[in-house]
This record gives sequence, C-alpha cells and structure tokens, in this order.
Amino acid sequence: MKKLLNEFLKGIIKENPTFILALGLCPTLAVSTSVTNAIGMGIAATFVLLGSNVIISLIKNFIPDRIRIPCFIVVIATFVTIAELVMKAYSPALNRALGIYVPLIVVNCIVLGRAEAYAQKNTLANSLFDALGMGVGFTLALILISAIRESLGAGQILGQALLKGFEPVFVFVLPTGALLVIGLLLGFFNLLKERKT
Amino acid sequence: MPPKNDNRLIVSISPHLHKGETTSNIMWMVVISLIPAGAAGVLLFGMSALSVIILGVLSALVTEAAIQILTKKRVSISDGSALITGLLLAYNLPPEAPFWLPIIGSVFSIAIGKMVFGGLGQNIFNPALVGRVFLMASWPKYMTTFAGPFDAATQATPLAAMKEGKALEAISYLDLFLGKKGGCIGEVCILALLIGALFLLARGYISWHIPVPYVFSVGLFTYIFGQKGLFSGDWLFHILTGGLILGAFFMATDYVTSPLTRKGQVIFGVGCGIITVVIRLWGGYPEGTSYAILMMNAATPLIDRFTKNRVYGLK
Repeated sequence: MKKLLNEFLKGIIKENPTFILALGLCPTLAVSTSVTNAIGMGIAATFVLLGSNVIISLIKNFIPDRIRIPCFIVVIATFVTIAELVMKAYSPALNRALGIYVPLIVVNCIVLGRAEAYAQKNTLANSLFDALGMGVGFTLALILISAIRESLGAGQILGQALLKGFEPVFVFVLPTGALLVIGLLLGFFNLLKERKT
Repeated sequence: MPPKNDNRLIVSISPHLHKGETTSNIMWMVVISLIPAGAAGVLLFGMSALSVIILGVLSALVTEAAIQILTKKRVSISDGSALITGLLLAYNLPPEAPFWLPIIGSVFSIAIGKMVFGGLGQNIFNPALVGRVFLMASWPKYMTTFAGPFDAATQATPLAAMKEGKALEAISYLDLFLGKKGGCIGEVCILALLIGALFLLARGYISWHIPVPYVFSVGLFTYIFGQKGLFSGDWLFHILTGGLILGAFFMATDYVTSPLTRKGQVIFGVGCGIITVVIRLWGGYPEGTSYAILMMNAATPLIDRFTKNRVYGLK
C-alpha cells in the first residue's frame, strides 16, 4: 500500500510533469489564462491519463512491440473523445474556452509518455496510481500558473475581482506572460531541488 | 600586484597594454552624456518628468542591490550600469506617467531583463527596452498618453498623428529638432541627444558603426516609401520624431547586446533601420524603434557568428 501511495505522490512534487519533467508544456501555455480553464483542462487530462494507463497496462501483453505507439494513440484517442463529448454536453462554455486543446490531449506528451514509460511495464494498480498522481500534479501545476496569470493579468481569480483600483498587468494574459511565469516557476523548482541535495 | 623591485619575469596572457578604462568608468561617461537629454526633458515637461526619472533610477538601483544581496553576489550598483538602465527606461516614458509606472518598469528591466540572465554582460536584450516593452504591453493607456511641452494639454506624438492619418499640425523641423512636440521624456530634444552622442563618439566610447547606418537607413527607406508615391517621403520628419535618435545612439550601441565586429555592427544598424521603418509605415504601432532594437538584439549572436574576423594564418 505504501508503494502505491508513493506512486501517487511522486507525480505531485518529485516528478511533477510540468515543472520537473517539463512535459505537456503546449496546453500548459495555452490554457492557463484563467483558473477555470486550468481546472477543466486538468480534470480532462487526468481522466484521459487514468483511462489510458489502466487500459494499456491491462492489454500490454497483447500489443506487438513494433506498433505499440499507434495502439497507445488509439486507446488515448478513445478516452479523449469521451472527455470531449462529455464536456460538450455538460459544459459547452468550458469547451469553447479550451477549444482545440481538448482534442489535442491525444498528443499530450504526458499521456503518451506515461503509457510508454510506465503503464506498458507496470501492473494495473501501479499504473492506476501513477496516472492519478501525474494527473493531479498536472492539474495543480496548471492551477498554480493560471492563478498567477489570472490574478496579475486580469485582477481576478475564478471571475472574482481581487483588489479595487488594481491596474491589471495585461501582459500576463498574453502568451508572453505564460512563458515568463512558467520560466520563473521552472527556475524556482530547480532551485528548490538544488537546495535539497 | 607583485611587490616593488621585484625582478621576476611575469608571464601573462594578452592583452598587455591597458588603457586604464574600466566598465564602470565607461558607464559613468554614458550617464554624463545622457544628462543633457534629461535636462531638456525636465525643462520642456516640468517637474513631473524629473520625478519619473528619479523614481526610475532609484528603483533600478534598489532592485539590482536587492537581487544581488538575495543571491549572495557582490553588490555592484556603483558600476553605473543599473543607473543607465533606470535612466534610459525613464527617458522612454511619457512625462505624465503615474508614479508606479517607472518603478514597475525598472524592477522588471533589472530583474527579468538583466539579473535572470546572470547580470551585466550576460543579458541578451537591452534591459531598459525590455522594461519599456513590458509596460507597453501591460498598460498601453498610460504609455501612449503624452502631455505636450510647456502646458499639460494632452497631445498626440507626431508619429501617432501620422499613423492615424490626421493632418499634421504644422510643426517646423526646428521645433522637432529642439523638442517642442509630444513624446517621451528623453527622446524629444534631438539637440540635447546629439550633444551627448557627439561626446561619446568623440571620446570613442561608441563608434559610428551602429547609429549612423541606423539613422541613414531610416532616412533612406522613409524617403523611398513616401506616402505620395516612391521617392517622395518626408525623411527628415522621420529622423527627427519618435525615439530614433535616443535608440540609435544610446540603446542600439549597448556593448552587451550588439555585435562585436565592425561589419556586424553595420548589419545590426541597417537591420534596426529596416524594422523601424516597416513598423512605422505599415505596422500597428506608431513607433518601432524599441521593437526593432530588441529584434536585432535577438539576432546579435547570429550576426556575430557570420561576421567573425578571420584569424590570420588560418584558411
């Protein structure tokens, strides 16, 4: 049980997909303009990660090694389609805000990366907790980045205005701001890692 | 230093002759050369311009010192480089800017434009321009509201008026040259800028290889692509307005972010000129000097690579 817990926890800090592994930066840059978008994206990606890791870990013995990537993609695309249709049905506004980045979860390198590096070599339970940890880690990273960008760039969080008379730093809503925030946070986490060792 | 009367033979690598010039020495000379332009700005726009300059400079110095203390590095604010950054940033702000604009701009210039790269000599972009572009993207409203000289009535810069297609108020070339026009604090008085620039050129702190091709190409291209057809442009107007002179002589010539070789510097200057003209004539912004210099800053490593001096004796 402790091992499973470790599999879960490693994705949140020690192997955080965004800040330590630097995977999936494209959706991170694109959808982190607001916390709402970040949570939606995080949940969708976690769902896909969970589904694909479980299925791939179950069928790993049947997949021929040479065509494993297309097989993974088919599994992942299935779950992305489910996520997209559910999002369209129950939260069309979020779907519009995330736009092309929902279908693009198919090629999100966190999902494929975990399938290739973890699920095809590990047991079902381990893969499940790995996917959960990675998904939560990705979601938390997105929320952290988007909270900084939304509060500075639009003066609000989750649509709630923060301070009266605050002149929003518009640049943080622009792509420039995304690169700045992610770059500084990456540097900060590298600093923490260095301090530890 | 070896003790006196030491007759040992000391072997060291070149260069052996040293002019006695130091980085901070040069930086302070640049500061001196910038004084006339700032004085002219204060004279034209009043005390609000002075407070913008002081706030910009002070916050640049404080930021650099704070970061160097936090990262346990030697505090080097006395070398004048942070002072120049703060000064140039303030010169790039409108005189009526709210008090927090120069402060945030200077903090960003020093922290993001310079210190994250490792401090003086490591930055790839001109820190003052990084700060200016950051402010421009964040608060365009405050960055493009200009008070006219001598009275506080808001007035469009000549370039902004041209961009909006308004008929230009009759401003004589002499007024443009002396600075009787709306604009940023340090960019309006061409006369004062040229005094400082001539001082730097005469003392050899900057060479003509960047600013002259820059200004010349802006003049040439605006003459060719005039509004009334080819070869009819008002080239003198384009040279005397906007931040061109300030940018060409004081910002494009930054040692750290411009090419090392003479040939490279000419390419750099012409590149800046072309981008400036493209932005001014066909771009979305009225003025393109800062973006032009930043873009060419990004191209500097490439230019350096392709204009590397041939080593004598090698093929």
